[in-house]
Amino acid sequence: MAPGALVKLDDYRQVAPRGTVDFLMRIGERLRGKRLLHVSASRYGALAESLGRVVAILNDLGVDTTWEITIGTADFDQVSRAVTKALGGTEQVITEGMLARLRETGIDNARRLSLDADLVMVHDAAPVGLVEPRGETGRWVWRCHQDLSSAQPQLWNALRPLVQRYDAAVFSLARFAAPLSIPRFIVYPAIDPLSERNREMSRSEQAQQMDRLRVPRDKPILLQVGPFERQHDPAGVINAYRLVKRHHDVRLVLAGPPPAPGGDALGDLQEAASHDPDISVILLPPDPQTELNALERAATIAIQKPLKADFTLEVATAMWKGKPVIGTIAGGIPFQMVVNVTGYTVETVEGAAFRIRQLLSNPELIGRMGAAGREHVRRNFLVTRHLSDYLALLAHLTG
Amino acid sequence: MSETQPFVFLGCLDLNELLPHEAHDARELVQQLEKVPVESIFCHTSAALLHRPVLAEAYPNDFSLWVGTEVRDVRLAERLAAVDAFHAGSMERVREELIATISDHLQHLGTAPPRTQGKRFRFYQVHLVPVPTGHQARTLTEFRDALAEVDVSALFYHTIEARYRAGRGRGDFAEWVGGVLARPDLADRLAHIDPHAGSLERIRDRHLSVLSDAIAGEAA
Repeated sequence: MAPGALVKLDDYRQVAPRGTVDFLMRIGERLRGKRLLHVSASRYGALAESLGRVVAILNDLGVDTTWEITIGTADFDQVSRAVTKALGGTEQVITEGMLARLRETGIDNARRLSLDADLVMVHDAAPVGLVEPRGETGRWVWRCHQDLSSAQPQLWNALRPLVQRYDAAVFSLARFAAPLSIPRFIVYPAIDPLSERNREMSRSEQAQQMDRLRVPRDKPILLQVGPFERQHDPAGVINAYRLVKRHHDVRLVLAGPPPAPGGDALGDLQEAASHDPDISVILLPPDPQTELNALERAATIAIQKPLKADFTLEVATAMWKGKPVIGTIAGGIPFQMVVNVTGYTVETVEGAAFRIRQLLSNPELIGRMGAAGREHVRRNFLVTRHLSDYLALLAHLTG
Repeated sequence: MSETQPFVFLGCLDLNELLPHEAHDARELVQQLEKVPVESIFCHTSAALLHRPVLAEAYPNDFSLWVGTEVRDVRLAERLAAVDAFHAGSMERVREELIATISDHLQHLGTAPPRTQGKRFRFYQVHLVPVPTGHQARTLTEFRDALAEVDVSALFYHTIEARYRAGRGRGDFAEWVGGVLARPDLADRLAHIDPHAGSLERIRDRHLSVLSDAIAGEAA
């Protein structure tokens, strides 16, 4: 498929498990005419990218699906950023005024938007207050993509009554869910195999991208994709690489977005890389989907060694490209892997180095784990499964 | 002449609901097993086929898997693996067997049970939404051909869900073949296919093999 081409449900026949597309069409027939409304605070970012594809395919299936965006004043953006950080466990000052602004903005948007649907799915914290003036018709679901396990208690205590006005909440992992009196469903995020990040890529295009990124392809490549922050432990990955390097001639590529001002780990990494030509620290450009596609395809082994993490779909994207993954047990990493079949979970630098050496010494294991990983993702982490989950939710809640 | 009642293949969507019950060791596990709805027992035993990766060597239900890999109490994991949800008769009976097995183990332990080294056990229940697959059959050959094509969730819906939760006899396949096609011998063979085959695809293969043998026998 040409990059940027409009993707239709039929295009997924080539990548989804046998019979999946036909089954989705049957579900679509059953739910034809139902109205599903998604509401989020932005049309940009990773969530919005996957939601855009989901909305298009649901409409293709006959489910009348729309997507609305809430708006707020400039100071509301600051409020929603602080609330998001505090729910994620980063200590913030959240005042009564900020909470009032969150609720008022929800009520204002509820007046402005047409929220008449069989199921209204509100994504994340910023638009959570939309539910306050809800009527009797339609069912409401709060889709929380964040990890609430260490949410700031004072904030969560204030938000919980609002969240409990919904009919149900959906979380990405059980360990991310907060206690609630409404039903809580678990829906894993998924990758789009036809997106720019995951589409098939010819060897020549891959080579071109790797040349542009200045990564030679003369040795096995170990790759970690993630922010250059201490909680993603890039320094630990370098230490594991150094232990491996005593036995195997490999390259290490650390790729991530440019850190925010004051970003804490990049300087140390660049210093380490300046003394070792086999370490590449790549600052990715904005929207680096093509570059990441090429890097993941060129990698021999993917590493994800964060100390704290969200769902971390980088695991599934690497597995989709047939790469074994060595990861920690943080966030969603172990839930995407079949341990010892598609990769290994590790807790230490030494553990990571041991598993990398084990794989490099057994190339047939790399191939076997990579193939098993791709099949595991095909069955469990493609957008087609995500669609099934949303359709199941629509059917279950609206009858 | 009366027309043969067709077999209509239904697949299913599944939706996992997280329940407010969790356990960190075997003692808490047994306490929660006494409280959770019976649908949760179904979810973590028979319905594990829906949500678990296929590993030939893996323990067959979520309780034994958790005790084995997270609590690392191999003796209890092995005993829980032996609780056969497919032959217990009812899900309440499965619950009783699980509770009795853990209670007996705790009684003989003599010390406090080990706590989980990693994940706590979180209880779920699964909601199934049946969906017509568009396939139906009136003859054995049509039945076999449709079974080869349908979404794999149809295998779960017509065998595991039908037999072990909904209480539809020996499962929809065996009931139709025995009742409508009047083939009690073949119905017996279908009903005896072991759900411990490991995955729904393997259960499909075993059904196809039995059906193909029967069709070949008819032709001979």
